[in-house]
Amino acid sequence: MNRLDQPLANSRARWPSLLLAACVLSSPTAWAKLRVVTTTPDFAAIAAEIGGDRVEVTSLGKPTEDPHFIDARPSLILKLNRADVLVEGGAELEIGWLPSLMDSARNPKIQRGAPGNVYASEGIEMLEVPSVLDRSMGGVHPVGNPAFMTDPVNARIVAERLARVFGQLDSKSSALFNANLKSFSDKLAGKLIEWRNRLAPFKGSRIVAYHNSWPYFARRFGLQVDLFLEPKPGLPPTPTHLAQVMAKMKESGARVILVQPYLNRHTAETVASHTGAVVVDAAGFPGGVKGTEGDYCKFMDHLVNSLADALGGKTPSTQQ
Amino acid sequence: MIMKLPHALGLGLALGLSGLPVWAQDSAQNSTVEQLQQQLLQLRRQFEETQRQQSAQIEALQRQIEALQVKPPVEATAPAPAAAAPPAHPAPVADAAPAQAAIQTWTPAQPIPVMRSGQDYLNLSFKMLATAGLSTSTEAGEEIELGHHDPAGRGFTLQAAEIALDGAVDPYFRGFGNICMSVDPDGETHVDLGEVYLLTTALPANLQVKAGLFLAEFGRQNQQHAYQWDFVDQPIILNRLLGPHSLRDPGARLSWLIPTPFYTELMLGVFHGQGHSAFSFRSHDYDGTHGRTSLERELHGPGDLLYVPRITSSFDLSDTQTLVAGASGGFGPNNSGADADSQIYGLDLYWKWKPVHAEHGFPFLAWQSEGLYRRYEAGADSERDMPSEDLDDWGFYSQIMWGFKRRWVAGLRGEWADGNTGAWDASDRFRGERIRFSPNLTCYPTAFSKIRLQYNLDDGDRFGTEHSVWLQGEFLLGSHGAHKF
Repeated sequence: MNRLDQPLANSRARWPSLLLAACVLSSPTAWAKLRVVTTTPDFAAIAAEIGGDRVEVTSLGKPTEDPHFIDARPSLILKLNRADVLVEGGAELEIGWLPSLMDSARNPKIQRGAPGNVYASEGIEMLEVPSVLDRSMGGVHPVGNPAFMTDPVNARIVAERLARVFGQLDSKSSALFNANLKSFSDKLAGKLIEWRNRLAPFKGSRIVAYHNSWPYFARRFGLQVDLFLEPKPGLPPTPTHLAQVMAKMKESGARVILVQPYLNRHTAETVASHTGAVVVDAAGFPGGVKGTEGDYCKFMDHLVNSLADALGGKTPSTQQ
Repeated sequence: MIMKLPHALGLGLALGLSGLPVWAQDSAQNSTVEQLQQQLLQLRRQFEETQRQQSAQIEALQRQIEALQVKPPVEATAPAPAAAAPPAHPAPVADAAPAQAAIQTWTPAQPIPVMRSGQDYLNLSFKMLATAGLSTSTEAGEEIELGHHDPAGRGFTLQAAEIALDGAVDPYFRGFGNICMSVDPDGETHVDLGEVYLLTTALPANLQVKAGLFLAEFGRQNQQHAYQWDFVDQPIILNRLLGPHSLRDPGARLSWLIPTPFYTELMLGVFHGQGHSAFSFRSHDYDGTHGRTSLERELHGPGDLLYVPRITSSFDLSDTQTLVAGASGGFGPNNSGADADSQIYGLDLYWKWKPVHAEHGFPFLAWQSEGLYRRYEAGADSERDMPSEDLDDWGFYSQIMWGFKRRWVAGLRGEWADGNTGAWDASDRFRGERIRFSPNLTCYPTAFSKIRLQYNLDDGDRFGTEHSVWLQGEFLLGSHGAHKF
């Protein structure tokens, strides 16, 4: 039997009766599969691509939820307690809620440094690493901007990492994981060309965003996302700051405002109505916008297409 | 990083070497100078050649990396399923490299990105909680605000200044510590060791041990520090039964995460049970013993320790609602009589609603309630003319917090506490019927600061009706601990 059966063997010894039956009934085929828990749905989508039917993937954060402000609900403790693999972004994205869950999870398999702990930002070239840390500058992330998954090249790096970790933990299935990695990479390579071409006509365009979550995306596709509705990261927009943003938008001809589903769309719409700009619902994660659930490429498709439509002067068809 | 190092070294070397001829001119022999100059020239040529080769290699490697990042792995010799797409647009792959290289060029003015998580081996923070208040009661600090971290009455109070430390000790333990300071109305600074404990992370069978000095896991609020409270002051029933310092004592707690389909945790805390932070148990002052002279009972065996069992469960009622329910007990001897014991029972309930699209955690609605009952077996004290009697106390608080807008939380708390009649009631500030209503409004500019305004309508057997208004401020420096639910 492989090592995944051990925790269940323990509980079997302790609870010969009812509780085990409850566990078995609730997940009849879960025994041999790797139980993968991710902090955000983008990692979950990639874990599912790589793991196929050899993994059972759960995301702690919902696609519509701000990853900084996930409630540390006790049900999440249970998910972490039963996980074989934890995929966290790191870079202090989850610092407000994950540590207290990990204190209660009592699962050495996924503690920092254990084989089942994947710290996804490792191996990523982080952008916007501040040289000075000062909270008067707002919610700055000390190790760089954590929203690195909107660059497909980074998604590939994470996918490789997951294939390696899954292969270590379930060596019998490592061929499958590698095959899945290859087909995912191939798909991504094709898609990357498609996305580049779609955005190529808008190279260098200036785009406004509510929150600074797009440096990796902007770099990959040659866009300039440098006007933000938030005066400082994490602070709500003020009228003075919005007036300045609007002036700069008119000056530079910026016509598109990116807003994640968990931010205040109303503010963005007000700015848009004063400047003739278009608000684009830019999901931060697969599933943040309907039809993109659990699929990284669909999520990027939606992001690229709705942005290209808006830059090309079309009004976005999907509005929430 | 790797490609930047040779550049920096090269720059340093070149600077160092270019200084050589100036120094050489001072030497007397012209021939020596020429020789040296020749050598220098050679060295310089060699150096430049190496540098050229290296930068060529670096560029080549960089191009390879770029190509690999864009294309599928090289070993993928089998025709890719998406092979139809690339030949149609070969150009974008080629143009990727220069665009990328242009962005990646590093200058000495830029910070060097180094992976780091936490600056040190521990997280360090400093917090301050202070209040300014008005009250119709001249003795608010002695009669109606009895908690150690409550406002001390009219005027200004520094409720707490706290230094907190935590971190991973090793792969098996996490460590926590906080030192809490407060200033009393006489200007004296009090330093309390708030909590110091270790927590296991790798015990088998879903077990976990906490050991040290810590706040007992009795109900919800007892485990919280003053800056985590939703109101300026401690709920009356917690103040009366768990004590002005909260129930906090040296001890150990064993917890078991029960393998049920929903979250259930069973805990048993065992504490020394002595001193002012074990108020209903072996405490030494008249408030704690309800007028009896404290007996200084010593430990004779495990039966003289304080036991705090707790069970708590949680259910996600829907995508937006979560419920947490718990039951707790506290059982141990008290210092009012040689065989006197105390028993406390508590029930707690917490419900939270947060919509699917929440901006920075707002809006939300959270309801929290705790009900407690205590039997205090008070011993006879013939010197002070006190009979042996059972003192029964009970009460509850219920509060609703409404985060109606980003940054803003409005709260309302209602409380009631009462008990049977006791011999020392006329002097006992911690007994008798009391009702209190407290609406409040809190603004959180960021996660690191808050400003709170609270009104208390207070009605008690001992003091009649009193009105108080409190304005509270808090700041946090350093690392912000993760939120608990």
